[in-house]
Amino acid sequence: MTLVEKILAAHCGKKRVTPGELVNVKVDVILANDITAPIAISEFRRIGIETVFDPSRIVLVPDHFVPNKDISSAEQAKLMRDFAHEQGVVYFEVGQMGIEHVLLPEQGLVVPGDVVIGADSHTCTYGALGAFASGMGSTDIASAMACGEIWMKIPPTIKFVYHGKLQKWVGGKDVILHTIGSIGVDGALYAAMEFGGEVVEALSMDGRFTMANMAIEAGAKAGIFAVDAVTKEYLRSRAKRTNKVYRSDEKAEFWKVLEYDVSVLEPQVALPHLPSNVKGVSQISGIAIDQVVVGSCTNGRMEDMRIAASVLKNRKVHPRVRCIVIPGSQQVYVDSLREGLIEEFIEAGAVVSTPTCGPCLGGYMGILAAGEKCISTTNRNFVGRMGSPQSEVYLANPAVAAASAIAGEIASPDDV
Amino acid sequence: MKLRGKVYKYGADINTDVIIPARYLNVSDPTELAKHCMEDIDSSFANSVQEGDIIVAEANFGCGSSREHAPLAIKASGISCIVAKSFARIFFRNAINIGLPILECESVVDDSEAGDILEIDLSSGDLKNVTREKCYSAKPYPEFMLTLISAGGLIEHTKRKIAMRGRV
Repeated sequence: MTLVEKILAAHCGKKRVTPGELVNVKVDVILANDITAPIAISEFRRIGIETVFDPSRIVLVPDHFVPNKDISSAEQAKLMRDFAHEQGVVYFEVGQMGIEHVLLPEQGLVVPGDVVIGADSHTCTYGALGAFASGMGSTDIASAMACGEIWMKIPPTIKFVYHGKLQKWVGGKDVILHTIGSIGVDGALYAAMEFGGEVVEALSMDGRFTMANMAIEAGAKAGIFAVDAVTKEYLRSRAKRTNKVYRSDEKAEFWKVLEYDVSVLEPQVALPHLPSNVKGVSQISGIAIDQVVVGSCTNGRMEDMRIAASVLKNRKVHPRVRCIVIPGSQQVYVDSLREGLIEEFIEAGAVVSTPTCGPCLGGYMGILAAGEKCISTTNRNFVGRMGSPQSEVYLANPAVAAASAIAGEIASPDDV
Repeated sequence: MKLRGKVYKYGADINTDVIIPARYLNVSDPTELAKHCMEDIDSSFANSVQEGDIIVAEANFGCGSSREHAPLAIKASGISCIVAKSFARIFFRNAINIGLPILECESVVDDSEAGDILEIDLSSGDLKNVTREKCYSAKPYPEFMLTLISAGGLIEHTKRKIAMRGRV
């Protein structure tokens, strides 16, 4: 069996599962946020039971529109907060919270071998820890909050193997953008993506989170990495529960095995309006930008802050550009502060925000006007994603985003 | 159950950000959401759609975020069914869970144009383009999905499951 099949088999009480099989899976962690929880809560109430199956397994994180951006958002956040306190589930208030997919791993709430479902499509991020994690809707979450399990079709697994050694300024974001560019936004539809090869083995946890995070952008049900020494070191001081480590068998049946040599890969940029519309940064010239965003569940971790700061240090953001830096959690924020990165951002002319999903989904904290262009370390560049339907979003890694902030146009960090 | 309505035709990879932009996600009332449904790719949709109309789209309909607001907005707009070449997986689950009928059928998508009249028999999966006088069959649902649909959606199904456990 593959890694994913082993995790799912263990959670449905079977010795063996095969792709296509429908099973009821026990879940270890259930997640929702201030946008998706309100619907989940009202659906949960319709079921007619008083309490959730296990409050310690349910995590609610206000992160999309908080600190509350308007009265309606405040009502939604309050509804979730009231429910969280009533049920005694795991909840992070503004001041402790972070962007959910940065926060949960950081807090040790997800461990290898877990099944995690979340009412947020980027729940697949936790696959970086060797967990099976998948995004679902609010009604699925409501049902799981009531009974602690969910129906699932066992997905086939596509194995992605990356060979070579990454160039300077090239990281997990570029590898995953390149992959989505090659297979398309439905290239892994309904499937699990298992990432391997010497390139990902050399990646930091932060780089792996970035890759797993964008599995959904290829239509995948999950993205997953095998646990290794890097994972274990990350978990050592964090893990709140014991874990179970699985690996794909030597003879595991993969749907496909796709191999990439990424030795000569340059930083990648996804042009509007699909994450698969990918080009190397050197192939792009003369695209003036109005805004830069460094942050999000994709690239809002410590390594991302360090890379962006290393490019911006002792430089100035172009006078026509707004550069917005959003540490992904309070921990990332305070660590960035202690390392002096926040000062470097501010000296360069960037603004630094409290953790929020904010601009990534066009919520607030950096909305684009008609005709404006933004280069962003986020995950989607759909029409209207960051504001006006006449605006444009270009997706890139933190180094390219920071370099573009200095140049005033899309640029490689080697060129500024 | 038989449905009949006018076709709204869309392309591939229709994502949840264009189905319902996140700037409207500070509410979850389906009627409010429906006012902005498809706004960023078809600004006339919300005002022109009639009860019973049918969305016909190319592959990967509903890709992107997990927001259940997307199928809720479409359902509240009056759309009776979506027929696409394929659906993104979270959207597929959400639509089934909230009771918005969705069908996969490639040929009817290729043949139909905006404004055509379609008839759909949900129990048999038979489709007819009345305007072009052509008949089609949709890909049948797996048996488990039919149990879910006939129970009246996931919440009703969950109620039964919990009642059987004797927890209520």
